[in-house]
Amino acid sequence: MAMYKSPATKRYVVRLVVLMTAYLVALPVTNWLFKNGNMSGALAYALAVLPALPIIGVFWAVMRLLVEEPDEFIRMLLVRQCLVATGFCLTVMTIWQFLQNFHLLPFGDGGFGAAFFWFLGLGVGALYNKLTVGTAGSCW
Amino acid sequence: MKNRLKILRAERDWSQGDLAERLQVSRQSVNAIETGKYDPSLPLAFRIADLFDLSIEEIFLKD
Repeated sequence: MAMYKSPATKRYVVRLVVLMTAYLVALPVTNWLFKNGNMSGALAYALAVLPALPIIGVFWAVMRLLVEEPDEFIRMLLVRQCLVATGFCLTVMTIWQFLQNFHLLPFGDGGFGAAFFWFLGLGVGALYNKLTVGTAGSCW
Repeated sequence: MKNRLKILRAERDWSQGDLAERLQVSRQSVNAIETGKYDPSLPLAFRIADLFDLSIEEIFLKD
């Protein structure tokens, strides 16, 4: 079955590309400045948050897609996908946190935070849609 | 919910893509409705009924 692409989906893809490009620029620049610059005070806080902004932008892009997608069936698939992603992320992070609390895992996340597991959860959600409804939808 | 969408479409020699285009929805939507995996909203059910010039009850049947 051909992949459905509404104007909303196309806008989402453009937003995703722009935001991911911004992330790929912001992360190494921030890393470099923290290693080589003498970062402190409010500037350090602002700079540390900089790579988070494109990630937050992706959350916004997904939510805009939910609002803008005109096809109600595709919208339902997206909602289910996001709910599965949220449940998956919360489950992984909760288990991880308790394993850390009882010193079975080291503290720190090795660069894999909640956003990583939410995006991974979107993949799980797409698989869930494919298995239960027969199609994964339009985007993932 | 059972429906007669596939029969009505076949009577007009329309593909799922043709019907999707006429309803301005995705082909996945038409397929999901036809196979009973998805029940359309009332507004979409009215659009389907209008397209076939039938009432909703003549297309969608109680289980």
